[in-house]
Amino acid sequence: MTYPSTYPRILPNGEAAFTVEFGDAVDAELNRRVHALDGSLQQHPLPGVVECVPTYRSLLVRYDLLAAEGDLVLAALWERVVQLFATAPPPETRGETIASGSGRLIEIPVYYGGEFGRDLPDVAAHCGLEPEEVIRLHTQPLYQVAMLGFAPGFAYLLNLPESLATPRLATPRLRVQAGSVGIAGNQTGVYALSTPGGWRIIGRTDLRLFDPARCAPFLVRAGDQIRFIAAQPDEHVTGS
Amino acid sequence: MLQVLEPGALTTVQDRGRSGWARYGIPESGPMDRAAFTAANRLVGNGPDAGALEITLTGPLLWAGHDMLIAICGADFQVWIGGVAAPGWYSVFVRGGSLIRFGVRRAGARAYLAVAGGIVVPSFLNSVSTFLSGRFGGLKGRALQTGDQLETGVDPLRRRAHELWADAGERWPETRRPAYSGTPELRILLGPQASYFASDAVQGFLDAPYRLSHASDRMGIRLEGPVVRHSGPTGIVSDGVLTGSIQIPPDGHPIVMMVDHQTTGGYPKIATVIQADLPLLAQCLPGDSIRFRAVTLAEARAASTIFLKRLQPW
Repeated sequence: MTYPSTYPRILPNGEAAFTVEFGDAVDAELNRRVHALDGSLQQHPLPGVVECVPTYRSLLVRYDLLAAEGDLVLAALWERVVQLFATAPPPETRGETIASGSGRLIEIPVYYGGEFGRDLPDVAAHCGLEPEEVIRLHTQPLYQVAMLGFAPGFAYLLNLPESLATPRLATPRLRVQAGSVGIAGNQTGVYALSTPGGWRIIGRTDLRLFDPARCAPFLVRAGDQIRFIAAQPDEHVTGS
Repeated sequence: MLQVLEPGALTTVQDRGRSGWARYGIPESGPMDRAAFTAANRLVGNGPDAGALEITLTGPLLWAGHDMLIAICGADFQVWIGGVAAPGWYSVFVRGGSLIRFGVRRAGARAYLAVAGGIVVPSFLNSVSTFLSGRFGGLKGRALQTGDQLETGVDPLRRRAHELWADAGERWPETRRPAYSGTPELRILLGPQASYFASDAVQGFLDAPYRLSHASDRMGIRLEGPVVRHSGPTGIVSDGVLTGSIQIPPDGHPIVMMVDHQTTGGYPKIATVIQADLPLLAQCLPGDSIRFRAVTLAEARAASTIFLKRLQPW
């Protein structure tokens, strides 16, 4: 077998999985393609495929060696990729026409600054903005959930305004409270569990992205869209 | 019911694993040595997805609350049941009120104790596997402790005590066991990011033995040996990780991702250990020496297909 060096490409990953790569960048359009393929495989599964894991720019496709021939899975994956993208519309309209995953919009109320977001002043100073301006900019975009990973329910979001990009802490904290909203480079995200972490924390939400006790343990899934809303602790009803 | 009198170093409840949730950041978990786990369950008549105990390094002391059929497979421990030495890889009848006592570990790292009917704990996301760092699954998301009581399920074959007794003594043949070794050679498939390393770096990685570091656990096995140098960037845009993926972080020391691994990662993956050889690695101890051998995709698929078929009922 030979594998094309240009994108999209499908690489074997171990003997029972393939990685479908759409590119090599953190990019909303690449990510939309990942979710389009993932959505298609969820709706119309390929025989033998047991799991797909969408990430920023690639889809990991695992199959059961006893249930499918690897070469047939590869051929069927190529067929699906070609079906979905060979007739793609011109670039300027792609964003609208390629389905953006689940199509769900989830609003997350956040208490910015103070005890909930100790790094807000540092982020503001680094970006040359007033803290209020950081909050205004952070609550503006519609974020795309590029992927979940790192820890259960942790969502990596795309579309952070460039003016808010701030490097990680030089020394990660040993414990970041669940619900903390942080910035790391050009990424923003919400801590799903209390874990160690090096993201700059600008606020916190009462919503739990992951709660094993809830009948739907995950608040968001890859492909969702998210908007942050500035809230005050006293006027917000605790999410459950 | 099994009463835990001593828990051992790290004993957890595991079933076949929590497959299908990686897209939410949830690792598969399940047994480190799938072959020994499946053999133990099969020997007592369970399906491959029943809960069993994964026993790491030192074994527990358990008290059997009723007559039961058990099997212990994997690492080679001295085990006494009601004072009588019990062999591994056999189904063994345990009279209610007997002690199951683990002694010296002669080889391997992890043993699996299965009970007819399975260990029954609340299921989370369709699995009873313990995920320690997520603090869920198994018994309250943690390893066993002294005083714990483990419920056992209904025997899938509905056998009475004398039938369990009659069914004891079945042996899991050596031809169906992995070829365990203190110095195993693990077959790997290069990729998906082998191109991040110069060809002499890849060759060095294949030529030299690596030693298991003490900083190894169910998430990943860290290796000490020749540093694998990146030829360019030391990071990638995070993508999906598999059990068996070999990541090379910037310091050049390989990490083999194991069952509790993070679902995505930003280090280049030089290769993947094939499924058939993961049990060999799972039974290695810190300080043990391993080697890697690159095989073709066709060889890897053939080897792992045979491996998976050996775990099927016959």
